[in-house]
Amino acid sequence: MDAWNGLMEGFATALTPMNLLFACIGVLLGTAVGVLPGIGPAMTVALLLPITYNVEPASAFIMFAGIYYGGMYGGSTTSILLNTPGESSSVITALEGNKMAKAGRAAQALATAAIGSFIAGSIGTALIVAFAPTIATAAVQLGAPSYFAIMVLALVAVTAVLGASKLRGFISLFIGLAIGLVGADLLTGQNRMTMGIPLLSDGIDIVVVAVAIFAIGEALWVAAHLRRRPLEVIPVGRPWMGKEDWKRSWMPWLRGTAYGFPFGALPAGGAELPTFLSYVTEKKLTKHPEEFGKGAIEGVAGPEAANNASAAGTLVPMLSLGLPTNATAAIMLAAMAGYGIQPGPALFEENGDLVWALIASLFIGNALLLILNLPLAPVWAKLLRTPRPYLYAGILFFASLGAYAVNLQWFDLLLLLVLGLLGLLMRRFGLPVLPMIIAVILGPRLEYQLRQALQLSSGEWSTLWSEPVAVVVYVFLALLFIVPMVLKRVRGAHPVADADVTSGSDSDQKVGS
Amino acid sequence: MTVAVAYMPGPEGDAAVDAAIAEANLRGTSVVVINATRGDALVDTHYATRAGVKTLDERLAEGGIDHEIVRPMGPDLADLILDAAEKAGATLLVVGLRRRTPVGKLLLGSVSQRLLLDAKMAVLAVHAAPSTH
Repeated sequence: MDAWNGLMEGFATALTPMNLLFACIGVLLGTAVGVLPGIGPAMTVALLLPITYNVEPASAFIMFAGIYYGGMYGGSTTSILLNTPGESSSVITALEGNKMAKAGRAAQALATAAIGSFIAGSIGTALIVAFAPTIATAAVQLGAPSYFAIMVLALVAVTAVLGASKLRGFISLFIGLAIGLVGADLLTGQNRMTMGIPLLSDGIDIVVVAVAIFAIGEALWVAAHLRRRPLEVIPVGRPWMGKEDWKRSWMPWLRGTAYGFPFGALPAGGAELPTFLSYVTEKKLTKHPEEFGKGAIEGVAGPEAANNASAAGTLVPMLSLGLPTNATAAIMLAAMAGYGIQPGPALFEENGDLVWALIASLFIGNALLLILNLPLAPVWAKLLRTPRPYLYAGILFFASLGAYAVNLQWFDLLLLLVLGLLGLLMRRFGLPVLPMIIAVILGPRLEYQLRQALQLSSGEWSTLWSEPVAVVVYVFLALLFIVPMVLKRVRGAHPVADADVTSGSDSDQKVGS
Repeated sequence: MTVAVAYMPGPEGDAAVDAAIAEANLRGTSVVVINATRGDALVDTHYATRAGVKTLDERLAEGGIDHEIVRPMGPDLADLILDAAEKAGATLLVVGLRRRTPVGKLLLGSVSQRLLLDAKMAVLAVHAAPSTH
């Protein structure tokens, strides 16, 4: 199916009244959870996984896509009005955005963030249409060794490049790989790490792991820090922009998009780096350098566009290779597995209608977000007044319901609690959640590719670097370790100054999306 | 000996502070302003902002009254206010009343009602005066 026809058919699917309704619910829910620090799109999609049992795949993914983009929009609102980034990708937005808001220009900051996100999201989605099918076609021909290499790259990159501490990242990664190993061996049927419990031989369901780590872990963490001094929110009316603001915003929007998309599309992805680069660039290029640090609109427009473009970019490896690089994408892949859809390069071939509906809904969701977000900004700001006990009671309820609904057995609830405690401990000791959740999802597939490669070569390990793509990936992986070390040496004297942003939730900081 | 006032930003709170200042002048005592929060939400509009505390402080200083502003945090607002008032040795507690429908009160409860019922000292309840603001 060629891309244009595919996309048009996708629009036909996504524009049915029912699916449009799902898109609306998705963007509203996504914005709401994006606004609230600590609750991100990843947790929301995890909590909603049970609906995949009785909703059409296309509708479910249309809703998830809405949540994914909506979370981005919501995060910027909190950054600007409260100086508390809802998501790690909005940390940079808070730098100038909050200063603008304090100077009485909250409406303009919100407007440039929303419109910038819309433009970056639309261009990013168009780039997905351009690249993802091509990459998928090329990737179909890759053998097991190349896949293995690409997955190793994704795991290591997510672990070592994002987040502050490599050691913590790797601890989290290995916890995830260990959880992924539980159950019967794929090839020989031997039980591994089941501790003699027959119920564990099917493995731990990914829904239970995701819900436990994101929802239960976060709820317990919040319960441990229930009372905190309220923050001061800056009152805001309807976002709008003057002519001067437009003139100063449109170039940063485009430059931010150019930074964000490639970074998102790389397996090493992440929105932190491109948002930071965009901020630095705008600071250098601006005609109003005196305003930087006091609320320059370019410093909001650029990073906000970069973070949305990166969110779009993340979908390229996810759709074309089945490779998640952020938590929300990881859970969307888990949802695909729940429908019995095999993520990977064959996705466009085998489930083209679903993928194109998802991409079309990204365009629709983006437009909906702009329409909803501009007039609704004051309502979203009100959401910040929700008392935590009500919020987290609801989350715990849906978490338990979701975990129980997987197999209808009490054992899953027990697992949920145990893994939830693990989630709490990970937050307590500053372990990033992202490497773990991606390891749980990629671990079994990584093992499968490795053993397939070794079986085909009758146990010859050299097969792992027998394909050119695999070699290139390993070289890239090596560079990934060397370049930051060199940069650190060079830039040692200039530490990044983003210390004056208060961190909203220690847990979601590293989850990103 | 002091006059305590349960304060939250808004016309009721301002009316309560005005009444407390008048009472303190009459009695020749100091004023303790109590601004409590449950601290269970990111944003609490009933909790004074830093700027709000500053203007309050200036207003009390203008009246030339000995004053103190306390901002306790805990699960129950009424308990917090009563504890703070007792600790300050208040002989009078001033409360600003909000207009609320019977249904609203049924659903949300009322801190003012708890204060009226449970306070060990005398309670002065005032309304916001819409015309003077």
